[in-house]
Amino acid sequence: MELYSLTVSEIARKIKEKEITIKEVLDSVYNRIENVEEKVSAYVTLTKEQAYNRATKLQERLDNGEDIGIMGGVPIAIKDNICTNGIKTTCSSKMLENFVPFYDATVIEKLENAGAIIIGKTNMDEFAMGSSTENSAIKKTKNPWDLERVPGGSSGGSAAAVACDIAPCALGTDTGGSIRQPASFCNVVGLKPTYGLVSRYGVVAYASSLDQVGPLTKSVEDAAILLNVIAGKDEKDTTSADIPKKDYLKSIKDDIKGKKIGVPTEFISDGINEDVKKAYEENLNTLKELGAEIIEIKLDYAKYSLPTYYIIATAEASSNLGRYDGIRYGHRAKDFSSLDELYVKSRTEGFGDEVKRRIMLGTYVLSSGYYDAYYKRGQKVRTLIIDDFKKAFEKCDVIAIPTTPNTSFKFGEKTSNPLEMYLEDIYTVPVNIAGLPGISVPGGFDKNGMPIGMQFISKAFDEENLLQVAYTFEKNTGFNMKKPNV
Amino acid sequence: MKDYEVIIGLEVHAELSTNTKIYCNCTTEFGADPNTHCCPICTGMPGTLPVLNKKVVEYAVKMGLATNCKIANFSKQDRKNYYYPDLPKAYQISQYDLPLCENGHIDIEVDGKKKTIGITRIHIEEDAGKLIHDAYTGDTLVDMNRCSVPLIEIVSEPDMRSAKEAVEYMQALKSILEYLDICDCKMQEGSLRCDVNLSVRPVGQKEFGTRTETKNLNSFKAIQNSIEFEIKRQIEVLENGGTIYQETRRFDDAKGEGYAMRTKEEANDYRYFPEPDLAPIVLSDEYINSIKESLPELPNVKKERYLKEYNLSLYDANILTMSIKTANYFENVVKKCNNPKMVANWIMGDFARLLNENDISIDESKISEENLANLIDLIDKGTISSKIAKTVFEEMFNTGKEAKQIVEEKGLVQISDEGAIKEIVEKVVENNPQSIIDYKAGRDRALGFLVGQVMKESKGKANPGLVNKLLLEILNK
Repeated sequence: MELYSLTVSEIARKIKEKEITIKEVLDSVYNRIENVEEKVSAYVTLTKEQAYNRATKLQERLDNGEDIGIMGGVPIAIKDNICTNGIKTTCSSKMLENFVPFYDATVIEKLENAGAIIIGKTNMDEFAMGSSTENSAIKKTKNPWDLERVPGGSSGGSAAAVACDIAPCALGTDTGGSIRQPASFCNVVGLKPTYGLVSRYGVVAYASSLDQVGPLTKSVEDAAILLNVIAGKDEKDTTSADIPKKDYLKSIKDDIKGKKIGVPTEFISDGINEDVKKAYEENLNTLKELGAEIIEIKLDYAKYSLPTYYIIATAEASSNLGRYDGIRYGHRAKDFSSLDELYVKSRTEGFGDEVKRRIMLGTYVLSSGYYDAYYKRGQKVRTLIIDDFKKAFEKCDVIAIPTTPNTSFKFGEKTSNPLEMYLEDIYTVPVNIAGLPGISVPGGFDKNGMPIGMQFISKAFDEENLLQVAYTFEKNTGFNMKKPNV
Repeated sequence: MKDYEVIIGLEVHAELSTNTKIYCNCTTEFGADPNTHCCPICTGMPGTLPVLNKKVVEYAVKMGLATNCKIANFSKQDRKNYYYPDLPKAYQISQYDLPLCENGHIDIEVDGKKKTIGITRIHIEEDAGKLIHDAYTGDTLVDMNRCSVPLIEIVSEPDMRSAKEAVEYMQALKSILEYLDICDCKMQEGSLRCDVNLSVRPVGQKEFGTRTETKNLNSFKAIQNSIEFEIKRQIEVLENGGTIYQETRRFDDAKGEGYAMRTKEEANDYRYFPEPDLAPIVLSDEYINSIKESLPELPNVKKERYLKEYNLSLYDANILTMSIKTANYFENVVKKCNNPKMVANWIMGDFARLLNENDISIDESKISEENLANLIDLIDKGTISSKIAKTVFEEMFNTGKEAKQIVEEKGLVQISDEGAIKEIVEKVVENNPQSIIDYKAGRDRALGFLVGQVMKESKGKANPGLVNKLLLEILNK
């Protein structure tokens, strides 16, 4: 078996036990990148030189008998909206095409302390706005399962990279489904932790009250390893939760006997693809056979998640993206004769259509006279959705729903109608609105052989239950073992 | 012309003297090279997040308590969105509908009459940077050292009716800020500044007139002048049948003129919304009480005490308590020499004049509290005359030497030897026969002239009391 196809836990173990060297791992992964990247286009930037330098240092330390961390020598790809000191962080936008941060995001510091090696920055929908990575201003990332189809988004580069073995694992960000949806489209594991579990410091903000960093991996165990590394209170992020540190690897147990799995049948009845529905029902049966109890639950307000999301997320985005004004960094228009013109031209040239659309929406919903009708009401509905889930979790441990109503679609298929594109996030958005953790695990394939995702949701800060159910499901279905042919 | 009533409300911005900025660890120090006191957070680099400096909350609560505000147990921060090159995030973190402090008031005194001015609210926010226009290249550059320096905004009710009241109110706020030691109040550096909201209405009219807002006034003189200018302007417009527009104005103090910057129609829609990067500010009653207990004696209380304890006039008490530095100095000198009235006279007289001429504050002067007390002791004991004391004081001010040393070096000890003075008195009387005739004719001025001659003869060192006494003895023989 090639080194590039190994999981995080396998690579870390082999390096630690001196079965292989860190350089051999990097050689294997970069070789694979050389062969495959051209077809898939997952990366915006490759950091080969830095990676090899770091590998040398880590190997020296390891050879000196030092502990180099639980991810010692493991390569990782980073979504290009997470700031990396000295490495371009573009958000796949023309606006930040040449932006090089001089600070690391907290998750990057944590990864480096755990011995991980950054091998590159991955493509995404511009500023994480989108569900297909088609909104990237840099390049078009393809789905490794069918190069005619989208990898999902916005963490499409990260999902595609892990799916075709050009990264053993990756970080993504999830504001409305941006980790779970591409994970589902590419047959990898994607975990969106509870809001506040992982620091957002250094993560370029899209919607501050919804954004969360999480791992995309080849297995649930790997997701647990990465979560162990990146979770925890950060003094630099006052929205990060002050809760005791947990070892999520303890959840990697093949046992769901007696676990109560909630199923909101009514919520998932509309607009769902037949194959996705069939796979979902089969998966519920598998869970039942494994000893779980399937419980019917109601989510009365979940159907309002999407409109709520497009008010709150766009409002915050309109403010968060104000700083890209061409004054201090980022794209600046060449010709302007006044300050206003400098702003207007720089932003007109620097932002893509979807980003502009959301900035306009957000500006509108915050405008005086409209604030109460939109933003304030949106926040009220948000509270109702949170209560909705609270009630549901009185009856069950984990909720199971499909990750997406459809499987991956062809390029251009949904770009002309933004609403159709937004509907792809209908099952993932409620989780962000309620601040809960959610995970997408490979859950089967449609008639075209495209992957289908199975999503589990748990109470806030109950990633243990979430991972245990996901792990048991993965272990007993094995959908994650199937790889695309690139 | 009708009689008009003037309605004034002030929005005062005070930079808090915390060591670090409101959302990062950069220093707040003034006057450094451009862009040397900033970091990714206060320059709004992508991905960075603010962390609230707890000292800022403490200072704001202090000000709230000192101005009789209700302190909120629950308040939050909001984003005020607008584009300007000195605002790197394109929003200012401020407080919108739930400020830290509300519903306060302070008392001011104008022409001997007490008046209460309401305080609507006090909230915390961050300052913006500074634009520097390069006249040579025509470029505009931005200095971000001031970005995220903490501010409190103190908003008054429209309770003031004249420039004088507004200045008194500003002075009272400045005193309190200095007493609390939460703002250095250097108005010329912009650490204390205000916006004036002003409207006029014919006396008897119930509704307020349309108000204008004159921004960023940073001296008492500018406040006074801009208000007088704006009152005159508004009345003239109305008298000529014109309309006052709600607008933002600027005042050029050098020219003594104000002009409109933008009208309400052009004003920004700030799209306020709760800052999602910061948790609400939750303060317990215990915390608020502990700050209340830590408050120092405030100007008004101190003033009352001075009236009672030191038996000073209201005028003296007002002046001495206006600045905490002066008050502290005064009290320390009094402790050492126990002559409050004389200490007050020195501080408010020659001392104030010299400080003013040299443009320094009392704690920067070379005269230590101990030295001033010693000088006053020398006068009290009759070692030097008060006239000589003025010379000694000036020398102390310039050199920082002790009073005694100066007196000894220059041989300025007062002559209190009756025999010696008598000798001089006799000599003067002998040399001025006409004055004696005048005196006997009932012209009192002649006595003064003779005293003056004796003092002159003694080079100012003769004890004036003795001179008087001995002269009268001889004249009335």
